[in-house]
Amino acid sequence: MSDNDRDLENTPEERHAPHRVIGTPPPAHGLLTEAGPGERAGRGGTEPHSPGEAEGPETPELHELPTDPPDLKAAKSWERVAAALFLISALASAGFVAAYVGLEIGNKNGNVVDATLRSNLGLGSAMALAFLAIGVGMVIWVRYIMPPVELTEERHPMASNPEDRSAFAQTLIEGAETSQITKRPLLRRTLIAATVPVALAPLVILRDMGPLPGTSLRHTVWKKGMRLLVYASNQPITAADFDSAGGMITVVPEGYQDNDEQLAKATAIIIKMEPGQLQAPTNLNWTVDNIVAYSKICTHVGCPAALYEQTTQHILCPCHQSTFDASRGATVLFGPAPRPLPQLPITTNAQGYLVAQSDFHEPVGPSFWERG
Amino acid sequence: MRWITARRRRPFFGYAAVLLALVAVGMLYAAVTGLGGSTASAGSGSSSAQITEGKNLFAVSCATCHGEYAQGSSVAPSLIGAGAAAVDFQVGTGRMPLKETNAEAPRKTPVFNQQQIYAIAAYVASLGGGPAIPSDQQVSAAGADTALGQSLFNANCAQCHNYSGAGDALTYGKYAPPLTQATNRQIYEAMLTGPEAMPVFNDTTLTPVDKRDIIAYVTQTRAEANPGGFSLGRVGPTTEGLVAWLGGIGALVLAAMWITAKRREDHTGEITGNR
Repeated sequence: MSDNDRDLENTPEERHAPHRVIGTPPPAHGLLTEAGPGERAGRGGTEPHSPGEAEGPETPELHELPTDPPDLKAAKSWERVAAALFLISALASAGFVAAYVGLEIGNKNGNVVDATLRSNLGLGSAMALAFLAIGVGMVIWVRYIMPPVELTEERHPMASNPEDRSAFAQTLIEGAETSQITKRPLLRRTLIAATVPVALAPLVILRDMGPLPGTSLRHTVWKKGMRLLVYASNQPITAADFDSAGGMITVVPEGYQDNDEQLAKATAIIIKMEPGQLQAPTNLNWTVDNIVAYSKICTHVGCPAALYEQTTQHILCPCHQSTFDASRGATVLFGPAPRPLPQLPITTNAQGYLVAQSDFHEPVGPSFWERG
Repeated sequence: MRWITARRRRPFFGYAAVLLALVAVGMLYAAVTGLGGSTASAGSGSSSAQITEGKNLFAVSCATCHGEYAQGSSVAPSLIGAGAAAVDFQVGTGRMPLKETNAEAPRKTPVFNQQQIYAIAAYVASLGGGPAIPSDQQVSAAGADTALGQSLFNANCAQCHNYSGAGDALTYGKYAPPLTQATNRQIYEAMLTGPEAMPVFNDTTLTPVDKRDIIAYVTQTRAEANPGGFSLGRVGPTTEGLVAWLGGIGALVLAAMWITAKRREDHTGEITGNR
């Protein structure tokens, strides 16, 4: 029933000799011979053989595509180049095997790292050459040896024809009626009541994806009286030790020096200023002897902001060049950071060690949804 | 050569040529730079004769900016309390005397020999205080804890000097210099005195042992071989990836353009347009 439509749209020629795509089998000879010779010449290649010129009765020379490139001599030399490339590829593959066997990694006498580097270099270059030579050879083949011809594959509408669609709709409606689902609301509603909970039940499992962050983004492990340790050497530090103006050092809370998860929020830098350099809005009650402590976590996206220029008292973040004025409460001078670096309140304990007065008074690091 | 001349009028030939030239220049640059030398020098003692010699040298070469009594001026800081280590670093790396006032004093060949530098250092130290020049033993990396040095370097130095000591830009033309040429003593002195924009890491904050660990990390890292042969400036952990993206992908795009480019009329003659 649907064929009627098609037949009206398509010319007889298209029906008998559809457009060819490279890679698809040629149309049957019977179909081609049905078409007139003029048509074939128009659509075929450079050699428009008429049926009368065909050499054999079984295999008439009917080429849609040209058989030879225009310049046979050039094609011959390119053929040699491509063949040489394929041979090079074969040699490179052999070289890959040779490199694998010859360049040993586990040699006890040599440097393992150097041996690995040599092995990787050998294996990598051999494999790269093997693949590259095949690729270049193929490209040369296509561009210089295959006859140049342009083919167009035409698109057809993807929708089914109207008859098919209306038939499908009819089948669907009839099926629904036969199944009684429209006539028996009790069954229909109880089925919905059964399937919706089944679909929603797995959502409960999402609870297992971990505890909710709660208020953990709002505070760090710093506590009143917690000593500041120099990161990595883990030495507590006194105000008298840190006495050179222009000094800067990364510090971590004592007891958490190896806890990377906590250090990701709690790491801070302390800076020693010249007398008089620290000004509002720095909270001077939170400083000791011109030493000020700021969070090292940039308020933009949390990079470690610690490029401290002692000549300008600017702290830079290496990721996006946010610039903070360390002498003025780390206010933002430039860049995408939305807020100053939070200041850590510090003081000294009875032994003179630098300690925290409390946690940071605001969330450190980047903005988050509920931060407000 | 005919295949080159035949294609040089293609629209992308210019881009390809520029790209090739850039890659070639970059490789040449990478090969030329990154070669560092290092010299070690003997320790210093100070005597009144040395201080006098230093004072004379100071009056000739430094006093113009730093003042007759090293009291500083509008263009140069006071050197009272700067210490011998600062002088040894600034003059020993050729940064002082300054050739011209710029955002950053570049490293250059020192004007004075080591004995003269010690003399100036002794004079400046005699003006009062400041860190002394560290001894050879203090700056030796032998037996130091390189791993701890790396942790300290990453936390306090890498943000400016790059994790491999390649240096990087700061603000307004200032830059953190590469550590490829600095001697052990100069690295120590730089930490001790905080030249230019660099913060000070005094001996009570980063102990002499910590400093030796850092020196060990810097010297060991820069001595390491470059896998693949090129340092690529060691500007970051993804340098090779960046080169692959900019150079390699660009080359692939050009190659794809060439593969799919239409052939010229004279190549194909009567064959094209037969449909």
